[in-house]
Amino acid sequence: MAENSSQKNGDLRRITIIWLIVTVVGEVLFWTLVAKHVPPGRMTETAASSQSTFNILMGFAMPVLFGVWVFMAYAGRVWSDKRNPNPAMGGAMARNHRATSVAWITITSVVVLFLAVIGTIGLIHDHGSGGGEGPNPIYSPAGATQAEAAALAGTATWSPGSNKVLPVQVIAQQWKFTYRYPTFGGFETSQLMLPADTTIAFNVTSLDVIHSFWAYQLGVKADANPQVNNVAFTETKSPGNFMVRCSELCGIWHGAMFNSGKVVSQSAFMSWAQGTESANTANTADLPAFAWTYVPDANGAAGGYYLDGKVTPYSTSEQYGAKQPAS
Amino acid sequence: MSVSQRLGTVVVLFLVAVGLILWSVNSFLTPGTPGGVVNFTSGHASGQPVNLTVQTVGSIGFGPHPTWVSYMTKDPTTGKFIHDNTWQLPAHTVVNVTVYQYDSGSPLRNQEWGQVQGTIGNTATLNGKPYSFYNSNTGNGVGHTFAIPAIGVSVPLVGVNGSLTLCGQAPCGTNNPHNVITFSFRTPGPGSYNWQCFVPCGLGYLYGNGGPMSTQNYMGGFLEVR
Repeated sequence: MAENSSQKNGDLRRITIIWLIVTVVGEVLFWTLVAKHVPPGRMTETAASSQSTFNILMGFAMPVLFGVWVFMAYAGRVWSDKRNPNPAMGGAMARNHRATSVAWITITSVVVLFLAVIGTIGLIHDHGSGGGEGPNPIYSPAGATQAEAAALAGTATWSPGSNKVLPVQVIAQQWKFTYRYPTFGGFETSQLMLPADTTIAFNVTSLDVIHSFWAYQLGVKADANPQVNNVAFTETKSPGNFMVRCSELCGIWHGAMFNSGKVVSQSAFMSWAQGTESANTANTADLPAFAWTYVPDANGAAGGYYLDGKVTPYSTSEQYGAKQPAS
Repeated sequence: MSVSQRLGTVVVLFLVAVGLILWSVNSFLTPGTPGGVVNFTSGHASGQPVNLTVQTVGSIGFGPHPTWVSYMTKDPTTGKFIHDNTWQLPAHTVVNVTVYQYDSGSPLRNQEWGQVQGTIGNTATLNGKPYSFYNSNTGNGVGHTFAIPAIGVSVPLVGVNGSLTLCGQAPCGTNNPHNVITFSFRTPGPGSYNWQCFVPCGLGYLYGNGGPMSTQNYMGGFLEVR
């Protein structure tokens, strides 16, 4: 019995020492070489938060992972049949070790609960962590409600250094994203440009089927549902390029439904926005009044013919694509 | 059957299965050219523009879906319009496009497509007159668009008067009501780029985006740039 107990203690000590060394080396290597490169990067607060969360998860997972691996390797090496031709099949060697069991359950429970708390705090602190929060966001950054109301009223303003929330509308349709900027006359464009160091309120909707707006490097993902305004927040940090992809299978050209976007300096954004607003003046006048959602023609805009000069005009607001007269 | 024979059979069957899976995956991932490819690179002199002529018809009038709307391409060799809408084009080359639009139009679901974008000069001509945007809520509306999303090309194709007797059997001749739209764009580097119509013109399908809008070679295809 004493021999078995001594042997167990020796095994446990060796396993612990090996585990400790491997874990320390692994953690140091990860945090110094890998952590800062973990996607989605740090272009926005939400992306940085995602990266930090991934890193924390990895940091906590590594000791557990290495613990399992070291134990397996040790068992395969030291407790193999070759080294132990007559292994003990019962008795003290097979008996439960209460302290180990309690420690395992306690440690893993604490880790899981801690990570749950971290994740929950992240949702609140990062205003939804870049996820679509629906039309009535639970977590809104300061000034967002006012900016959204002003956008709808056509009175929103933004300028470099104003520290105001910038609402940007994302309109998904088969098979392309377009973007409206209510702060700049409501022009619509295929380009997504954002100013750095600015809180952005993405208002995501669809003109037809369900799409999903996924700006990966921004840490933003929000479903685009017809006639629903799905709001997602993020705060841009540094200039850079990012990709937008549809992440909801939406038809034959779903795979081609992507575009690139840019985070630029506030002055560059202002210049671009004012220039585009001016260049698109004529087309903007033909767009429906800015609204959070639009009612497309369920028959398809070209779903029927109409007589020349007898087109049903747009309603004054909220309608993309006039209803077709009965053909 | 001996153990080695059985093992051999298993290995052969395994390899066949793996081969079939790889072939299927490759076929799925490789852009298809179901309607064939119209070659504009053959005999093309470097630096010279390519002339691409297409027509849009309200109903193609033949094939498995005679009522479907479709594009047709003028074969540069024979001069005849054919139902092949994947084009092999030289890289970094100006393509002069002429569209014979035989279909009627309607208001756009999204007037954003009413802008001419990505063409040389961001402009096009409609029956000889330049335009950079078209208000689809007026006149005959927009029938289709010609768009190459990867390079930002989007051109609204203004519809013809729907009250006239429209061509219902492709290829359509110029004796039928039509508009002529011209524009130019520059091809990007080698690669496969999809082109498509963004007007939901699949009559009778949900939101107009099924049928010909979801079937290659009708309202979309590829640019195989070499």
